[in-house]
Amino acid sequence: MTKAGKYLVEDLFPPVVGLGLFILIWALLAHGSETLPGPVKTWHSAVSLFSDPFYQKGPNDQGIGWNILNSLGRVGIGFGLAALIGIPLGFMIGRFGFLDKMTSPIVSMLRPVSPLAWLPIGLLVFKAANPAAIWVIFISSIWPMIINTAVGVRQLPQDYLNVARVLNLSEWKVFTKILFPATLPYMLTGIRLAIGTAWLVIVAAEMLTGGVGIGFWVWDEWNNLNVEHIIIAIFVVGIVGLLLETMLIQIAKRFSY
Amino acid sequence: MKKYVQIENVQMSFDTRQGTFVALRDIDLRIDPGEFVTLIGHSGCGKSTLLNLIAGLLMPTDGIMLCADREIAGPGPDRGVVFQNHSLLPWLTCFENVHLAVERVFGATESHEQLRQRASGALAMVHLTHAEHKYPHEVSGGMKQRVGIARALSMQPKVLLMDEPFGALDALTRAHLQDELMKIVAATNSTVVMVTHDVDEAVLLSDRIVMMTNGPAATIGEILSVDLPKPRNRVALANDARYHQLRGAVLEFLYQKQAKEAA
Repeated sequence: MTKAGKYLVEDLFPPVVGLGLFILIWALLAHGSETLPGPVKTWHSAVSLFSDPFYQKGPNDQGIGWNILNSLGRVGIGFGLAALIGIPLGFMIGRFGFLDKMTSPIVSMLRPVSPLAWLPIGLLVFKAANPAAIWVIFISSIWPMIINTAVGVRQLPQDYLNVARVLNLSEWKVFTKILFPATLPYMLTGIRLAIGTAWLVIVAAEMLTGGVGIGFWVWDEWNNLNVEHIIIAIFVVGIVGLLLETMLIQIAKRFSY
Repeated sequence: MKKYVQIENVQMSFDTRQGTFVALRDIDLRIDPGEFVTLIGHSGCGKSTLLNLIAGLLMPTDGIMLCADREIAGPGPDRGVVFQNHSLLPWLTCFENVHLAVERVFGATESHEQLRQRASGALAMVHLTHAEHKYPHEVSGGMKQRVGIARALSMQPKVLLMDEPFGALDALTRAHLQDELMKIVAATNSTVVMVTHDVDEAVLLSDRIVMMTNGPAATIGEILSVDLPKPRNRVALANDARYHQLRGAVLEFLYQKQAKEAA
């Protein structure tokens, strides 16, 4: 068999079959239901929706593109702030045992709390929906970054530290040439987990806070009883999440030694 | 004559949960410039501990340690270390790994171009010019170890410390690297302290073999002077009576005087 043929059979064929079955089952379920729209109807609706993704008709009626970009923007800001604070904090926790023991009970206690539980605090402090949503993203994505960075620092092989001592490297060189590159793969894992959680959480947070965003859009379409749009939103959220994940895996691959 | 490494009455103990563990006691050793000394003994005899003491990675519990008449207070560029598992930084190329060492030692006094030449020169000495820009995972185990040697030598250390540098290599690669090491040491007139568990390696390379007793509380059992003329050739030595005599002496020490049950 040719190489291309082998690729078709082994790598392309199974996912195509899976997707085909998925759509088939969906179609069958929709056929027997009065409220659930089928794939064809949803597809037509999606085509018309995406034909004009960036229209603006007032604050509560904007194109799907704007909704996605707004959600991504909130995730970006909340996640960025979390990285800005979480990664240095992780480095310090990993490096200094005292700090580790000091923060460990707090981190262990707060980490399992659903990020949405922090929303009221955000609303209380910021007195506005948008910063509160960003705050929720910040809280949900900071834990994996702190924890993974700290683990990475702690996993630093003694060998590398011995090299640093034998070569008598300065603190700055130790950080840039040894500590940072050695921790980077762990850090990227933390970032990937964080962005996954952040993207999960944004939909729920926006449902509660309103404004322009994919989560609020879902809620709005539910109020309009536009079920096709809800299904489209599910696909959009899934595909964007998949793209974010793939992008980060590609970056992580670049830095695995 | 000025002693390069001077170890007087050194003792090393570690605090463990079961109390104090004495690893080394009463160690006295002087190493001359240009001398090649190997430390040999069964595993657990503290030979690596002794090397780490000279490197300054460990501090002795008692006794005096000097390198070129200065007290050893920590690791320093006057003592280049080659680690058993090469310990190259995987995110730097072979060149950058060597350059990191060069930069630290000569960075304050020399130009960028001179530093680059030093790093290239060190790699050329171990015949790795072609692999300068490869990453450690792209080269073989023997080549990695050669980069490790180049890194240590690039600092122009007074003493080259090697901790079982060829232990993880296959026999043919090991022989090849031993030959190369002999040439480099002869060319640079380096002082070398090397830990090994390989009797042939010890006899082939050394001026003196320091044989250690079994731990705990290990010390120097015997010191054997290897009076074979240099340069040495492994093939010629295979039929050399004196070589076999020396080899026999080391084997006798290890397997009769210091016989050890398999751990």
